[in-house]
Amino acid sequence: MSEKQYKLVKCIINGKAQEAIVDVRASLTDMLRNDYRMTSVKKGCEVGECGACNVIIDGECYNSCIYLAVWADGKEIKTLEGLMGPNGELSDIQQAFIDEAAVQCGFCTPGVIMSAVEILDSGKIYKREELRKLLAGHLCRCTGYQNILNAVEKTMYQRLGKELPDYLESR
Amino acid sequence: MYDIKALYEAESISHGISLLKEHPQAQIIAGGSDVLVQMREGKRAGAELISIYGLDELRGVKLEEDGTIRIGSLTSFSHITKDPVIQKYINVLGEAVDMVGGPQIRNIGTIGGNTCNGVTSADSASTLFAWDAVIEVTGPEGVRRLPIHEFYIKAGKVDLRSAELQTGILIPKESYEGYFGHYIKYAMRGAMDIATLGCSVNVKLSEDKRYLKDVRIAYGVAGPIPMRAVHAEAAAKGLEINSDTIEKVGDIVLEDVTPRDSWRASKAFREHIARVLCKRALKQSILLAGGVIHE
Ligand code: FES
Ligand code: FES
Repeated sequence: MSEKQYKLVKCIINGKAQEAIVDVRASLTDMLRNDYRMTSVKKGCEVGECGACNVIIDGECYNSCIYLAVWADGKEIKTLEGLMGPNGELSDIQQAFIDEAAVQCGFCTPGVIMSAVEILDSGKIYKREELRKLLAGHLCRCTGYQNILNAVEKTMYQRLGKELPDYLESR
Repeated sequence: MYDIKALYEAESISHGISLLKEHPQAQIIAGGSDVLVQMREGKRAGAELISIYGLDELRGVKLEEDGTIRIGSLTSFSHITKDPVIQKYINVLGEAVDMVGGPQIRNIGTIGGNTCNGVTSADSASTLFAWDAVIEVTGPEGVRRLPIHEFYIKAGKVDLRSAELQTGILIPKESYEGYFGHYIKYAMRGAMDIATLGCSVNVKLSEDKRYLKDVRIAYGVAGPIPMRAVHAEAAAKGLEINSDTIEKVGDIVLEDVTPRDSWRASKAFREHIARVLCKRALKQSILLAGGVIHE
């Protein structure tokens, strides 16, 4: 076995400048969970299929399981932990997931919510079909996706101060 | 943790080339959505990696002075789809790469990686074949440019010689000017799936839009590497646009395609959809070019 290899990785995580010496073999999931205790970042498939490990890097979503930790150097990373308000409040999208029963076991939820954050932060309005495509990088074994779509779509309309379409209203 | 023996990070193209010379056994890693997955599967376990992920000079799409569209090899699929130059001149490429995997994969996956791994199902490859793309590789001896059909040697093998890196994909002006195209991916699922067959067609019409001046038809998964349907293309040139023409051209592709049986689909089924997809993509391309199809 060859020598272990390490690298200093400096990045901004949820708005805070951080640095750590990281094993070059680590994935970004490993670094976020082990070095920073960001346990919202889940290990599902670890091959980029399920989206449980999804985080936002410089404004775009990535599956952190297939992203080398060393690549995070100089980047700005957002995880679900960063959505929490100063007194532990939930963000609108998290509350919507609860209200819409879009969470069951919760394992996929942090990843899906980070995709939702990228979608909502774009400030654009999407049709249901477009939202389906934008959320297609996530597997959820519990909810059947319908409630997830409802939660994201409702939050999208609410943030834009628009009225909800009829099919979302009646609940 | 990945089973990586050593990781070398390239800081520039020339640094990347010297790393490749120093470590001839090492595997290049771009976005990692193939290499890291293969490592996880144990296929490349214990490998040395040369990461080119940090080479921002290889990212982005540019329109060069002579009208050539240059796509940096590390440009992600999502950036290609969103790029205004692509949207204006070869929108079909943006549409094709928008069918790769899912959103997160399209953010990390690069067009260079998609073409360098030499697989026939790459969603970018058939469209690049269909637009006569030129591959630019840079190595110790300098820059080499070659047509994409020469870049693909056989399944999983591309013409990257020792210490060479793919640095760009070029679409010359004469390849896109006046052409309109459409790509159809046939897959079992709407996302996170690999093409059972992919067909990319583009056309250039006569001035009066009544004739097919040029037709280019390319496939993924219709053979061991992406390919052009040369017989069908030759037969299509100069034909008057009508539904018989479309039927005829679509049927001739059987002289070109050589799909195989796999667990994803049988040869017979692939031959069937090769014809159907060609007809549909041809029709759509003609409509995009402003043609009218008479019954
Ligand atoms: S754990 Fe990363 S995509 Fe499944
Ligand atoms: S809530 Fe259980 S996997 Fe989605």
